[in-house]
Amino acid sequence: MRKLNVQNVSDAINELLQKACYELTPDIIRALENTVKTETSLEACSILEKILLNCRIAADEKLPLCQDTGLTVVFIDLGQNVLLTGGNLEEAVWEGVRRATKEGYLRLSVLNDPLLRKNTGDNSPGVLHLKIVPGDKIKIMVVPKGGGSENMSRMKMLNPSDGEEGVIRFIEKTVSLAGGKPCPPLVIGVGLGGTFEMSGILAKRALLREVGSSNNDPDTARLEKVILERVNKIGIGPMGFGGNTTALAVHVKRYPCHIASLPVAVNLQCHSARHREVIL
Amino acid sequence: MKKIHTPLDDVSVRDLKAGDEIYLDGIIYTARDAAHKLIIGALADNKQIPFNPFGQVIYYTGPTPCPPGKVIGSCGPTTSSRMDPYTIPLLEAGLKGMIGKGPRDESIREACARFGAVYFVAIGGAGALIAKSVMKSKIIAYPELGPEAVCELEVSKLPLWVAIDSTGHAIFQNS
Repeated sequence: MRKLNVQNVSDAINELLQKACYELTPDIIRALENTVKTETSLEACSILEKILLNCRIAADEKLPLCQDTGLTVVFIDLGQNVLLTGGNLEEAVWEGVRRATKEGYLRLSVLNDPLLRKNTGDNSPGVLHLKIVPGDKIKIMVVPKGGGSENMSRMKMLNPSDGEEGVIRFIEKTVSLAGGKPCPPLVIGVGLGGTFEMSGILAKRALLREVGSSNNDPDTARLEKVILERVNKIGIGPMGFGGNTTALAVHVKRYPCHIASLPVAVNLQCHSARHREVIL
Repeated sequence: MKKIHTPLDDVSVRDLKAGDEIYLDGIIYTARDAAHKLIIGALADNKQIPFNPFGQVIYYTGPTPCPPGKVIGSCGPTTSSRMDPYTIPLLEAGLKGMIGKGPRDESIREACARFGAVYFVAIGGAGALIAKSVMKSKIIAYPELGPEAVCELEVSKLPLWVAIDSTGHAIFQNS
């Protein structure tokens, strides 16, 4: 067994969360730069250029890209040969979030309860998805998820006879209903299969893949291309002003499912597609 | 590009057309979900609200905490449609403009025409860029709401688009 003190997890989360809030990963910047070249609406281009300028100012001045620094979603793939020491893993994760919030001047966006609605005062807790995997490493992925795009996400248990066309129509409808609210251009995470809750987790995790990379599964890569083309024909455009850049990428994750089911979850991600990861 | 200054009057508002890109100067007030709930409650009870809304502009934002040496943290717009249920009493009280992001309910488009008010949009997710247009910031009410406190901001060349004009024309198909 490899021993690892959970303090290292807190330190990593602190660093990743701050960095995610100030600097987009190069794949997103590249995708935004490419859209300035392909977008035909002048107004849309003006918005895309200001979005890119915002990225430069945020990185240079260490100001959050967006005032909504999100509820922190953390994925941890924990190697089964890692022995965690020095405390509780989940508590260590929230300690990292609390430190990043204070040291990085992030906004307090987390409430204690959906109905009582009292601010927790330190941005904890977030949401943790823990998976035990082979090996002796721990992979930590941090996603500050803003409310605007999360609120426009949708899930449905489709009828198996709805098939691929039914899935595509549900995604088109989701993007259409959202309009300019989730801050397009979007990254669209799609979870297909599993169960009710599994599809949502797949959709969120799909957001973490590098934008511009191709899906390992050829049929899913084909499906992603079809969905991206159809979504970009809707014409919502950057911030809903119209244009052919409604989404930068569509990432689909598939999983086996029940003979009676066709679950589909669509997690929308705004252009501030923030996430950072590290392997300890 | 048009430049306008707060407080807004009927003449300058009438000159603004849906789709215009403008720069806004002057004093504006921040308020989002929780502050709107309190302000509307106070208006209903005939109590004083944090600022006189006549001719003024509300910006739907909840900034990040201000880092040392800065005027304000990141301060982009939040989704305006969440404020739709609170908006009409403020327009009745004389509010002339709102700044946010995204489409709004049909009732707000009609209300803009009825009250001669205007809805602007700023670029969502461009909070660092927008912070550069804020010259001064101070909390004037509800500090207990944290990021949702009402602030008075002095802005210079705040980049905005007219999304619903005072005749009820809108740039979003579904607003």
